[in-house]
Amino acid sequence: MSAQLEDFVGKPWRKPHFITNPFWRWSLIVITVVYLILAIGSLEVSWQRVYLGLERGWRFIVGFSQPDFESRWSDIYDGMVESVIITITSTVVGIAISIPIALGAASNIAPMPVYLLCRGIISVSRALNEIIVAILLVAIFGFGPLAGFLTLSFATIGFLAKLLAEDIEDMNKSQAEAVRSTGASWLQWVNFGVQPQVMPRLIGLSIYRLDINFRESAVLGLVGAGGIGATLNTAFDRYEFDTVAAILIMIIATVMVLEFLSGYIRARVQ
Amino acid sequence: MPSKINANNVKTWQVRDRNGQLFRWALWMGAAILFYISWMRISDQTTWYFFFDAPRIAADIGGRAFPPRWEYIFSLGKPIWDTFNIATLGTIIALTIAVPVAFLAARNTSPKLPLHPIIVRLIPRFIHNFVKKVTGQDMVSVGIVRPLALLVIVSTRSINSLIWALLLVSIVGPGVFAGLLAISIRSIGFCAKLLYEAIEEIDEHQVEAVKATGASGWQVMVYGIVPQILPAFAGIAVFRWDINIRESTVLGLVGAGGIGLQLQGSLNILAWPQVSLILGVILIAVIIGEFISAKVRAAII
Amino acid sequence: MLKLEKLTKVYKTGDKALSDVDLEVPKGQVIALIGPSGAGKSTLIRCVNRLVTPTSGKAILDGVDITSLGAGGLRRERRRMGMIFQEYALVERLSVMENVLSGRLGYVGFWRSFLRKFPQSDVDEAYRLLDRVGLLHMADKRADELSGGQRQRVGIARALIQNPAVLLVDEPTASLDPKTSRQIMRLICELCEERGLAAIINIHDVNLAMMFVQRVVGLETGRIIFDGTPKQLTPDVLTSIYGEEDWEATIETVDDDDEEGET
Repeated sequence: MSAQLEDFVGKPWRKPHFITNPFWRWSLIVITVVYLILAIGSLEVSWQRVYLGLERGWRFIVGFSQPDFESRWSDIYDGMVESVIITITSTVVGIAISIPIALGAASNIAPMPVYLLCRGIISVSRALNEIIVAILLVAIFGFGPLAGFLTLSFATIGFLAKLLAEDIEDMNKSQAEAVRSTGASWLQWVNFGVQPQVMPRLIGLSIYRLDINFRESAVLGLVGAGGIGATLNTAFDRYEFDTVAAILIMIIATVMVLEFLSGYIRARVQ
Repeated sequence: MPSKINANNVKTWQVRDRNGQLFRWALWMGAAILFYISWMRISDQTTWYFFFDAPRIAADIGGRAFPPRWEYIFSLGKPIWDTFNIATLGTIIALTIAVPVAFLAARNTSPKLPLHPIIVRLIPRFIHNFVKKVTGQDMVSVGIVRPLALLVIVSTRSINSLIWALLLVSIVGPGVFAGLLAISIRSIGFCAKLLYEAIEEIDEHQVEAVKATGASGWQVMVYGIVPQILPAFAGIAVFRWDINIRESTVLGLVGAGGIGLQLQGSLNILAWPQVSLILGVILIAVIIGEFISAKVRAAII
Repeated sequence: MLKLEKLTKVYKTGDKALSDVDLEVPKGQVIALIGPSGAGKSTLIRCVNRLVTPTSGKAILDGVDITSLGAGGLRRERRRMGMIFQEYALVERLSVMENVLSGRLGYVGFWRSFLRKFPQSDVDEAYRLLDRVGLLHMADKRADELSGGQRQRVGIARALIQNPAVLLVDEPTASLDPKTSRQIMRLICELCEERGLAAIINIHDVNLAMMFVQRVVGLETGRIIFDGTPKQLTPDVLTSIYGEEDWEATIETVDDDDEEGET
C-alpha cells in the first residue's frame, strides 16, 4: 500500500460539486428558491374561474372527436387558401432577398461596410416578433394578406440569411480558392466556388422555413394580417369548439405533411 | 456522360441529360406559375392606393409615436415581471413534462409495451395493414407508447402559443395563468422533440458497459444515459427560454397576461407614444434574453 | 468455472454468428480468443453476460445457467462477470471515480447510487484499484480528459470492483498504440493471476496474444477450429483461421521485451 493511497483510504468520497465555490453555490440556490416563491406567489389564479372553464375545456376536447368542417366550410376554405398563399409568396420573396443579404453577411466574402449593414438588417429582423411586425404593418398598409405577406418575408430574411451566412463562413476554403485561382470573376467565383457548397443547406433551410411560415401564417389573422387565424379567432369568440377543432386538425395535418416533406427532401439533397 | 450531337455533328458537353433538363425546367415553370397565381390573389385583395399611400401613413404614425411617453415606464413594472415569469416558469413546467415524454418517444428508451390482444382485435383491419406497410412490423410489436408520445409532441408543437393562449383564455379566463399554461404546453413538444433526438444519438457502448455491471434499468438511465444528454438538455432549456421570452411579450394581445396587454390597450386608444415605449422595452427584453442564453450556451459547450 | 454448451446465436438478419460452441474455462485460466473480424468473437462474450441473447445453448457460470435467468437473476449474475470494452466505453461525462464506482451498481440500491452515496468499503476499494492501475491522482478528473491507455485502466478498475469470477475482455487494445497495448495486456493478465480470475480475451493481434496467455482458442465463422497452447499455433493453423498469408514472421517475433514505465 503506497503512502499516497493511505491518504485516501478510509476517507469518504463525494462527487465534486458543479459549482466549486460554496458561496456562489449557495447564493445561486437561495436566489432560485426566493425567485420561485415570489413568482409563484404573484400568480393570481382564480380557481373558481378555472373550475367554471373546465366545462369549456371538455367541450374543446370533445370537439376533436366530432370536428365540424361543414357549417363554416367556406370561411375555413378561404382562410386556409389565404394562409397557403401567404406562405408560398413570403417564402419565395424572403429567400430571394435573403441570398444577397447572406452573401453580404458572410465575413469571408463581403467587405466590412457591407458586412455590418447586412448583419444589422438580420439583427433587426430577428429581434422583432412576427406578431408585432404584423401589427405595425397592418397599421401602415391596412388589413389583408399583403401585411401578412410582408411580415413573413421580413421574418424569413432574419432566419435564412443568418443561417446561410454562417454556412458560407464555414465552407471549405480550398475549394473556393481553387476556383478563384482559375481567374474567375467574382460572380463566377460565387457560382462555381461557393454555390455548390451551400446549395444543399439552402434547399433544406428554405423548406424548413416554408414549414415555419405556414405555422406563423396561422396566427397572423389574429391581428388582421390575413389567413386562417381570423377564422379561428371568430370561432373562439363564438365558442364554436367543433369548428375550432376542425381548423386545428387542418393546421396540424398541413404542418405534419410539410414536416414529412421537408425531412424527405432534406434527406435527399444532403 | 451527358452530351448531345449538335448541327455540325460535334459532341457538345452538357451538365445534365435531356430528361433531367426537362424535369428541372418543368419544376421551375410550375413553381413560377404557382407563385404568380398566389401573388395575384394577394394583389386582388389589396387596395393598392393604400399601399402607395403607406410612406405617408408610416411617417404620420412615426411622427405621433415620438418622443415616447417616458413616464409610462413606471406602469410597466408589473407587466414586465409577469412576462418574465410566464417565460421562466413556463419553461420549467414544460421541461418537467418534456423529459418523460422524450424518454417515451426515443426509439432506444421507449418501453416496448405490446398491445393487448383484445384491443388489437378491436382495431379495424385497414389500420393494421397500413401500420404494417409503413413500419414493416406487426401492429402488436410496434407498441403503443411511442406513437402516443409522438402524438403529444406533434400536437403541442404544431400549434402556435398564441392559439394555445386564445384557447386557454376561454377556458381558465384572461390573465397570467392562461399565458403560463399556453407557453408551457407549446414548449413541451418543442423540448421533447429536441431531447428525444439527443437521446437517440447517445453512444450505446457506454450504456452497454453500465448494463454489464449488473445495474438495474433506472441505474442504467442515471449512469449511462443521463450524463450523455445533460449538455443537450441544458442547451435546449436556455434556447427555449429565449424563445419563450419573445413569445410571452405578445400573449397579452389575446388577453393572456404580460406586457402585451398594455400594448393592446395602447393600440386600441391609438396612444402611439406609449406603443413606441412598449416596443422599445420589448426589444430590450428580447436582446437581454438572447444575450443571456448565448452566454449560458457558450459556457455549457 | 465457466462452461459454454452448444452456444448458438442467429441474428434477426439470418446471419449465424455462433454455431454450437463448446468451451470450458477453468477457474483462474486466461484464454485468448482469436479470429478474423466477423468470426463471432464479440458475439461470443456478449452471449455469456447476455448483452446479446443467445438463440440456443447454455452458458454456465459456477453451476448457474445464465441463459435461463430472469431479469433479477441476470443482474445478480452480471455482477460476477466483469467486462472490458474495445473503445473503453467509459461514461465520458462522469468522473473517473464515478466510472469506477459504477462497477458496484449491481450491489447498491437505486437511491444510494443516484445520490452517489456508496458504502465506505466500496470507496476504499475504488481507491485501492485506482492506485493499482496507477491513476489515483486522477480520481476526480472527468473521463474524457484521459488518454486512451488511461481510460482503459479505468475500464479495468471498473470491471474489477465488481469482484467478478470471470473477466470478459473485448479487444482491449484495438484502439491503443503498440506500447500501451502491451502494458494493458500485461496489467490484465497480472490482475487475473493476483485474483485467480478466469478471463476470455478477444484479441485480433495474434502476436500480442501469444506473448501473454497459455491457451489460445481460434474462432472462424462461429466455430471453434483451434484450441491449444501458443506453441501449437503453427502457420497451418493460422492459415485455417485467417486464410492464406506468410505467418512465419508473425510467430518468430514473439519475444517478450519487458519495458516498464507507465503512460
